[in-house]
Amino acid sequence: MGTADAIAPRFRAGDRVRVRAAYPPGHLRTPYYCRGRVGVVERLCGAFANPEELAYNRSGLPAQPLYRVRFRTADLWPDYAENREDVVEIEIYQHWLEQVA
Amino acid sequence: MRSHHDLGGLPAGRVERDEHEYAQWEQRVDALMMLLSHKDRQLLRVDELRRNIEALGAEAYDRMSYYERWMHAIVQVLIQRGVITIDELGRKMAEGVQDGNR
Amino acid sequence: MNDPGELPSGDGAGYYRRMQAAVEELLILKGVVTADDVDRQVEAMAGRDYTRGAKMVARAWVDPAYQARVLADGSAAAAELGLEIGPLRLIVVANTPEVHNVIVCTLCSCYPRMLLGIPPEWYKSRAYRSRVVREPRAVLAEFGTRLPEHIRIRVHDSTADMRYMVLPMRPAGTAGWSEERLASLVTRDALIGVAQLPETV
Repeated sequence: MGTADAIAPRFRAGDRVRVRAAYPPGHLRTPYYCRGRVGVVERLCGAFANPEELAYNRSGLPAQPLYRVRFRTADLWPDYAENREDVVEIEIYQHWLEQVA
Repeated sequence: MRSHHDLGGLPAGRVERDEHEYAQWEQRVDALMMLLSHKDRQLLRVDELRRNIEALGAEAYDRMSYYERWMHAIVQVLIQRGVITIDELGRKMAEGVQDGNR
Repeated sequence: MNDPGELPSGDGAGYYRRMQAAVEELLILKGVVTADDVDRQVEAMAGRDYTRGAKMVARAWVDPAYQARVLADGSAAAAELGLEIGPLRLIVVANTPEVHNVIVCTLCSCYPRMLLGIPPEWYKSRAYRSRVVREPRAVLAEFGTRLPEHIRIRVHDSTADMRYMVLPMRPAGTAGWSEERLASLVTRDALIGVAQLPETV
């Protein structure tokens, strides 16, 4: 249940999510290499003020749920040459994530 | 468009296994960042610092050392927030203040 | 006589060092900080290093219940040992015979500083930040670390509010060792994940 200070979490561990393929300017903490990629939520870390807003000395509230999302490394790089089971786990704010069936 | 600091996955050379002994002034930059961002003062946020570092432009970002970038960013935030003015900073630097070895 | 060739340079080596001194002086004059504050903060940071993480590792090796707490909530587990870490949100990730963990911050240089101190210069480098998410084994090989083929790598990119430390596997041949002796086996590079501890001592 969302409050004035925090947005309600939409996802849970195990959910498949896609990182939005958006490319705005400004201070972002969603790395370029995972945009548009599909991963699995590893855990909900909590809700935190949005760094995109904090960067301009604004409050960044209501707080955004922050997730660790696990990507198969082979899904991130088409020519990945190491172990197909390797993963990269990235902390991503909810407003960057979309549900995947 | 990929921002210059957003490096994940880009080609690069060998990792130079540098172990850098930080100079006094660099340690004091680090200290200043911690003190100014502390909840008792809240004169800058790490996010503001990062934004200013990211805005440096590719050439400056690559050329400047880690603590040079931080020092630049701290000054930018303090000016943006009105804690110091460009004029007083310029005058103080010209005074040739004693080295930060106190 | 005014010789334009002798005007002081606004540039060159030492420019940011002079800026640091000037800013510190201004902030002291304005009562924002004292010189003492800065000195004490420098000392506090210098007093933080990887041995603090090594203490947690050693305790986790001898006490399975503590290990479970470390993996559930790294910050609380650090506090339990009296390690002052401020607002650090620590996630500890365990190496196993099947899985090896490596930590990076591709966007800047985020590192669990309040626990382990200032990160090594190479951790902040372009080459480490860009390549370890792309070819981790090649990067590890540059550190002299070669993982068996069957091992899966988990690379953790510290992009937001959490910070990470690796819990390396306990070397064999250490039965009955004191925590202090066990902690002395742990290296900073093993806590970052670019190195492993020996399989046996």
